[in-house]
Amino acid sequence: MNGPFDFTLGLGDDALIAAQRLAEWTTRAPEMEEDVALANIALDQLGAARLLLSYAGELEGAGRDEDALAYLRDDREFRNALLVELPNGDFAVTMAKLFFLAAYQLPLYTALAGCADERLVAIGAKARKESAYHLDHGALWVKRLGDGTEESHRRMQSAVDQVWPYTHELFAADPAAPVDPATLRSAFDETVGAVLAEATLTLPGSGWAPAGGRTGVHTEHLAYLLAEMQVLHRAHPGAQW
Amino acid sequence: MNPREAAASVVDPEIRVITIDELGILRAVEEDPASGRVTVTITPTYTGCPAMDVIRADIRRALAVAGHADAEVRTVFSPPWSTDWISDRGRAKLAAAGIAPPAPVPAAGVVSLTLAVRCPQCGSPETEQVSRFGSTACKALWRCRSCSEPFDHLKAL
Repeated sequence: MNGPFDFTLGLGDDALIAAQRLAEWTTRAPEMEEDVALANIALDQLGAARLLLSYAGELEGAGRDEDALAYLRDDREFRNALLVELPNGDFAVTMAKLFFLAAYQLPLYTALAGCADERLVAIGAKARKESAYHLDHGALWVKRLGDGTEESHRRMQSAVDQVWPYTHELFAADPAAPVDPATLRSAFDETVGAVLAEATLTLPGSGWAPAGGRTGVHTEHLAYLLAEMQVLHRAHPGAQW
Repeated sequence: MNPREAAASVVDPEIRVITIDELGILRAVEEDPASGRVTVTITPTYTGCPAMDVIRADIRRALAVAGHADAEVRTVFSPPWSTDWISDRGRAKLAAAGIAPPAPVPAAGVVSLTLAVRCPQCGSPETEQVSRFGSTACKALWRCRSCSEPFDHLKAL
């Protein structure tokens, strides 16, 4: 179903929406160092989003640049996975989202770095080094909270239970895409299994797998996020710093 | 000043002790002999580095001052920047400014051996990481257990 345009747009939207959600923590994180860390990770995601959306615009060939794609589409036109648009919740939920996203993006960008499209190769080679730091950071917190106090364990387990069902959508098979997401599942499962075991956490048994983001069918949360992200550009079309 | 020297003299806007040449983000400077047009190629340290616009503007300004008003700055992403591209001179300047320079990036497949990060203030290897992320995208926050001073560490990438 997906050509290179839809594929690239989906990955760009994942990074853009993840960046916007992480940025919501700025000035609100539990400690100063974490505030800086989350802002840095958001900035990395935004950097990858700009490269991916710029390239998606070129692939489409309709004259849309990164700004047109980020600011002038409505929720039904976004192709991000539902995982990244979910609200931040408490810190444990944010860490579960960050950890699962990084555990998917690292093998994804690594695979892109070896795919047949030379532009995606360059983006993947650049972004995977940054993803490795995100994965480290997310895994560190999942372990620290999971294997921490009774209360931190309870909250981290609850976050994993809440977020886990949304990870399945990331690996929906798409054999025509430059990298078939289904091929990333084993690396993801291996990382997640090892970290959760060390964190004394377990995966929920339920097979519930909400999806729809890649075809533009989103949760109710995305439109609110877009309203905030797009308001300036929509009120002042073409506004620049 | 020739275009290469002019572009190489531009200082990184976020780490103002080191030039973009020493940081390894200046990839090429070419001058068209016929038109005199200068093309400068740079690469970002991190994809989201917010200093890139300022760096581009600073390069054009340095070239204009050196008499090369017709200049274009291109940004490339491949091959990706690595901290191994920071020159020895650049590393010495970072250390002198209190920023611990990065260790060599471990080769893929090799079991990585983490080398101690030496405190840029007192030289002690008794240091610890406070946060993987610091005041700019390329730095982490560390602390020295010997002299108790906090310091930035340019992390290996």
